[in-house]
Amino acid sequence: MTGKPLTVADYPLAENRPDVVETKAGKKLDDITLDGVLSDRVSLEDLRITDRALRQQAEISTAAGRPTLAANFERGAELVDVPQDVIMRIYELLRPGRASSKDELLAAARELRETYGAEGVAAFIEEAADVYERRSLYKKRF
Amino acid sequence: MTDETQARPNRWKRFSDWDERPLRLDKFAAEDAASGFSAFKSPFDPKPGLSLGDGVVESMDGIAVRDFDMIDVFIARYHLDPEIAPEAMAMPSLEVARMLVDMNVPRKTLVRLAHGMTPAKLADVVSHLSSLEIAFAYSKMRARQTPGNQAHVTNAKDDPLQMAADAATAVALGFDEIETTMRVARNSWSNAVACAVGAAVGRWGALFQCSSEEAEELKIGMAGFTSYAETVSVYGTEKSFIDGDDTPWSKAFLAAAYASRGIKMRCTSGAGSELLMGFHDRKSLLYLEARCLCLQRAMGVQGTQNGGIDGAPVTCTVPGGMRELMAENLIAVWLDLECASGNDARATESEIRVGAKILPYLIAGSDLICSGFGSILKYDNSFNASLLNGEELEDYLVLQRDFEADGGLTPVGETRVMELRSRAVDAISAVLEELRLAKPTADMKLSVVAASGSDETRTFSGRDVALISEAIYDRSITVIDVIKALAARGFTEEAENLLKLVRLRVSGDYLQTSAVVRDGRIVSAVNNPNDYQGPGTGYRLTEERRDEIVAIRDVLTRQEVLRVEAAFRPGEVNRVAYRPTGPAAATHNPKEVVIGISPAFGLKLFQTVAGHPLSAILRVLIGGITEGGCTARVVRMRHTADTSFLGLSAARLAGSGIGIGIQAKGTAVIHQKDRLPHNNLELFSNSPITKVEHYKRMGLNAAAYALGEMPEPVIVPTRGEAMGSRYHARVSLIYAIETEMTSEGAEPEEIDVMFLGAAA
Repeated sequence: MTGKPLTVADYPLAENRPDVVETKAGKKLDDITLDGVLSDRVSLEDLRITDRALRQQAEISTAAGRPTLAANFERGAELVDVPQDVIMRIYELLRPGRASSKDELLAAARELRETYGAEGVAAFIEEAADVYERRSLYKKRF
Repeated sequence: MTDETQARPNRWKRFSDWDERPLRLDKFAAEDAASGFSAFKSPFDPKPGLSLGDGVVESMDGIAVRDFDMIDVFIARYHLDPEIAPEAMAMPSLEVARMLVDMNVPRKTLVRLAHGMTPAKLADVVSHLSSLEIAFAYSKMRARQTPGNQAHVTNAKDDPLQMAADAATAVALGFDEIETTMRVARNSWSNAVACAVGAAVGRWGALFQCSSEEAEELKIGMAGFTSYAETVSVYGTEKSFIDGDDTPWSKAFLAAAYASRGIKMRCTSGAGSELLMGFHDRKSLLYLEARCLCLQRAMGVQGTQNGGIDGAPVTCTVPGGMRELMAENLIAVWLDLECASGNDARATESEIRVGAKILPYLIAGSDLICSGFGSILKYDNSFNASLLNGEELEDYLVLQRDFEADGGLTPVGETRVMELRSRAVDAISAVLEELRLAKPTADMKLSVVAASGSDETRTFSGRDVALISEAIYDRSITVIDVIKALAARGFTEEAENLLKLVRLRVSGDYLQTSAVVRDGRIVSAVNNPNDYQGPGTGYRLTEERRDEIVAIRDVLTRQEVLRVEAAFRPGEVNRVAYRPTGPAAATHNPKEVVIGISPAFGLKLFQTVAGHPLSAILRVLIGGITEGGCTARVVRMRHTADTSFLGLSAARLAGSGIGIGIQAKGTAVIHQKDRLPHNNLELFSNSPITKVEHYKRMGLNAAAYALGEMPEPVIVPTRGEAMGSRYHARVSLIYAIETEMTSEGAEPEEIDVMFLGAAA
């Protein structure tokens, strides 16, 4: 992110700062029109949030005094490019008793870090791996 | 046994009456903290406490770090702000409680303190507040200034046509969010498409969710059909959490996943869930809930669906249960979370308890007062009946009007609703046809448009719906395909509306706390923060919004009353003529009873409130007097329209000293000339239930009094109808017509009454 962090006054970005809002392919909000959809210039991909937008929203949350919400947006930003099936697989692994050992969670964290650069989420999963061990969540569930 | 013991009753029958009331279908539970049945305080609740070493938590609420369960770890690590905690924890709870209801202490100050408080501390503070104080503090502390509401839109057949029509109806009523779910899990895709299309009819901006299995729900969101999720449940004990098949980390990961897909999300928690799941750890409901709420803030979700939710019914079985639900909602907003404040699962069969439950929220306001309100009929609610449902929706609209409180809804006229329902059914039908999913018949469509509920529809079979839903999934149909289908079939406005909703994801503005869309703009706690600091601040109804709220249907006006009376006039003119013959004087005929009629009687007003023609009433009064052996004389009073004075004046003119006073609305009295004005002989005060035969007997009794007899008084039986609510608006308007015609000192007028033709 360049320049000063966004503030509450910039919000909502779509109304007050459309200049900083764009899709992954570089389209502006004004490009996302019904005509665009009908002529296939706008796809579902253009209707996805970007990591940049999430980090912008995190700046606004921070400015509004909501650091935990900002942290969630930061984690979300890291997951934007993680494919759906990977997300669902790791979510499943985080549920109690799914991982049979700490190593499985650590491997998932590594995958997120190395393949997707999701450093914060990886650390978050490593933290879970420790806590699960201490609380005996690796036991087999029926 | 003796006759005496046999005859002795063993029960006051009032208890039998009470047994029959809906209230007694509710079952109440004894307070029993060890069994988890304690709202605010359990002897097993920890004392608030926190020790920090070098800014790191060493113990929290009496538990040392080494003994922390997952929830403690998560709260200590992500919720507690070590910069604030020492100050916040050191403040006496009572003092903080007073700050919560002190309008001079800004919300921001209190939110900051909450971020340094442990669950036990938060619970301890709010437990000092009465229900009224909780409601007031809630109003001050909720995050977004403008209140809103959420609807359930579901039906028992998972019928997409009805889903679309009902979604459009809910949107027209002003709901900010629509939540659907299905009877059969595989129908989720069909439900999602139908609701998304229906919610795009009329206006854009109602956020929409389809509650289903976590992975499925995220997929539906990814396909662009839904814009928020709220069924990410958290629990206050570790064992409940694990039984709920999650951990704080798995749920927090899911929260981040939703954010990464640009979908608004809130968690769900509520008192009683741990109790229902059998792992309450003997803690009070409020303490467990405080843990859930700290956890949610720690996870970084923007908001919570909170206030019992599925556990509301069991919470309401314990003493203080409803107060507890309010208290947990207060903790939620105090922590600065958006609060979809429950008032959903129907916690009682008693309509009085329903009304009492909703009132504090209605007048305090809430981000989403219900989560949600059953906009459909009870039996169509696939979440189970809500606190308020399609059946009672108008009651809620009237409560808004009564209290001049914005409950988030707006009355909609019958014509408009039919237009929107037709449009929605046509739009979803066009999509189903265009995407070769189904071909709804004209009969199916018509039945749905008019149907109040699915019992009345002739529509798709369960199998048809499953096939539609599976085809949407199998063919990977997305919101783009639906937008194109709408546009291809001429539903341009709906296509635009749906696109605008999905486009919200690009900037992510609606992911911020308490975000809803109003008039095409994002309104959230960021740009519409609650700034309540006493009268004149915070949310106030604008004149425009007030006009919307008060505009319920079928409101009486003076014009309407006059129109109805005028319509009655021609019939009466053919039945009776009143000919004034000059000033009325007293006579000495001891058998004469005078009937004093009111100023507008038969001139501007022609029927009693019960709907009896005045000619018929006058005919039987005279008939009764005559039959009773006296003669009747009719006099029109012009100095008064009051029943007592009409009667007393008539009595003073009568040779017998007995008079009848009658107003055009049918209120009548028998009076005697020497009595005080309001101490009459007999009175018919409930004119709406007074029958013609009663007036006949009044005439007979008046004659009997004139002859010095003591007749059995005529009693008009009442069954306790709320006469005032049913009739007083009309009566006041009618009576004003009478009083307008009076003038001080105007003399009574002798009237020659001629009955024309047959009786009415």
